[in-house]
Amino acid sequence: MTGMNTELLTLLEKDARLTPAQLGTMLGRDEQSVSDEIAEYERNHIILGYPALIDWTKTDDELVTALIEVRISPQRGDGFDRIAERIYQYEEVESLYLMSGSYDLAVTITGRSLRAVAEFVHARLAVIDGVTGTATHFILKKYKEKHHLYTKLPEQEERVLFV
Amino acid sequence: MIDYEAALSPRVKGIAPSGIRKFFDLLENMDSSDAISLGVGEPDFVTPWHIRDAGVYALEKGFTKYTSNAGLMELRKEISKYMLRRFGLSYDPAGQMVVTVGGSEGIDIAVRAIVNQGDEVIIPVPSFVCYGPIVELVGGVPVFVETRAENEFRLTADELRNAITPRTKLLVLPFPNNPTGAIMERKDLEAIAEVLRDTNIIVLSDEIYAELTYGGRHMSIANIPDMYIRTLVVNGFSKAYAMTGWRLGFVCGPRELIKQMMKIHQYAIMCAPTTSQYAAVEAMRAGDGDISMMCKDYDYRRRFLLEKLRDAGLTCFEPRGAFYMFPSIQSTGMSSADFCARFLTEEHVAVIPGTAFGAGGEGFVRMCYASSLANLSEAMDRLDRFLKRL
Repeated sequence: MTGMNTELLTLLEKDARLTPAQLGTMLGRDEQSVSDEIAEYERNHIILGYPALIDWTKTDDELVTALIEVRISPQRGDGFDRIAERIYQYEEVESLYLMSGSYDLAVTITGRSLRAVAEFVHARLAVIDGVTGTATHFILKKYKEKHHLYTKLPEQEERVLFV
Repeated sequence: MIDYEAALSPRVKGIAPSGIRKFFDLLENMDSSDAISLGVGEPDFVTPWHIRDAGVYALEKGFTKYTSNAGLMELRKEISKYMLRRFGLSYDPAGQMVVTVGGSEGIDIAVRAIVNQGDEVIIPVPSFVCYGPIVELVGGVPVFVETRAENEFRLTADELRNAITPRTKLLVLPFPNNPTGAIMERKDLEAIAEVLRDTNIIVLSDEIYAELTYGGRHMSIANIPDMYIRTLVVNGFSKAYAMTGWRLGFVCGPRELIKQMMKIHQYAIMCAPTTSQYAAVEAMRAGDGDISMMCKDYDYRRRFLLEKLRDAGLTCFEPRGAFYMFPSIQSTGMSSADFCARFLTEEHVAVIPGTAFGAGGEGFVRMCYASSLANLSEAMDRLDRFLKRL
């Protein structure tokens, strides 16, 4: 899709719950054309999904997230992709990026406990052919994700009543 | 015993209290967790962090002294570049501008420098509430000119011509307009310029909402031939960069006028807040992106609110500037004040009676759309319910 106007995507990225009718009004377009465009994005896998951002620390589920640096030796023909594929197929893997710099893959995974995460690293990740080393960093506190803050900033209380 | 009545200036006492005081009392005592206010006319954005950070950094560095009266030279140079870049207007940082405490101070010192006892000042209404009282404080006479919905609340050449007398000293040109959202385009300004060309009338062009112009660029009357020499442009950081609490604005204009205004500024104010001035330097250097981001966001909400108002059955002209809707509520048969009071008590949504902004505001209400889309959406659902119940 060349010459794409990304305005609609930007709006959805900020708030996926906006309806085609609302989006149409905001963009000065009719609802149907917005619906069609969204459907097209979904078909082309440009829109991958509509997840909610959740602060799990405020729930009863105590989840542990880790960022794991993975070093691998690239393979003839496939480069990094084949090993990446073997990693991202795991349900536990939340995100996977190929990195420039001192390591190759950045993996984030979320588990029920420290032990579950550690288990995954040494029993699943480290043993994959071509993986030459891992370094696991546990995330202690999340401050911000996808432009959203985990803590609500205070609102200024006293304000002028009328301008 | 002391007689305060005798002690006070009759001029100050003579300034009429707001005609909608009762409504504000109601608003002030409104204590409801589900209340939505579309009443306050200020950005809902917090000042962008890089600008706040520049203010913090200036404090850390210990830049806490007065600046020069006209404002930091560094800032004035940035303002000069900004005016050229954004509006095609050229002003010398040395002598053609003053950095003020908000646009409001700019308006005040301009009026004080120009208006004498008995001089007339033409003020289009509905408009921001400060012009009339400021003129009255110096003994001037505000001459209010009602702009009309059928003209999209623009000031027409005929309306202006009819208001001019030999005593007319100043024309206030408050566009983009609070509360109507009206703008003046080149053709409108040219018509106004035609009326002014052979007069000695100065124009006080309050362009604080200039950056919030939708579907085109703002044009200043100072861009029209022969108008630069008679125009004071008031602008500031509050609306464009969401910096209302920093209290920082500026006035640009002819040297001869600025020089006299500087005297008032230097005796009454000394200089604008230093921290704010350092933050403002950063805003002008690296804030163009913030302006377009916020403007785009307001534009989404503007379209959203306009459609909702029309769906609800209210007549509303499409505002092209600022962040206000000014729908007519005449179809309800209620006065503006009654409408707002009932909408507030029954549905807990605050909007401002048009009458707060002077004559011509009766039959209209002002809604500020610098509020989240969720708030606007909920407010419009409540409006719909309210109107159906009437």
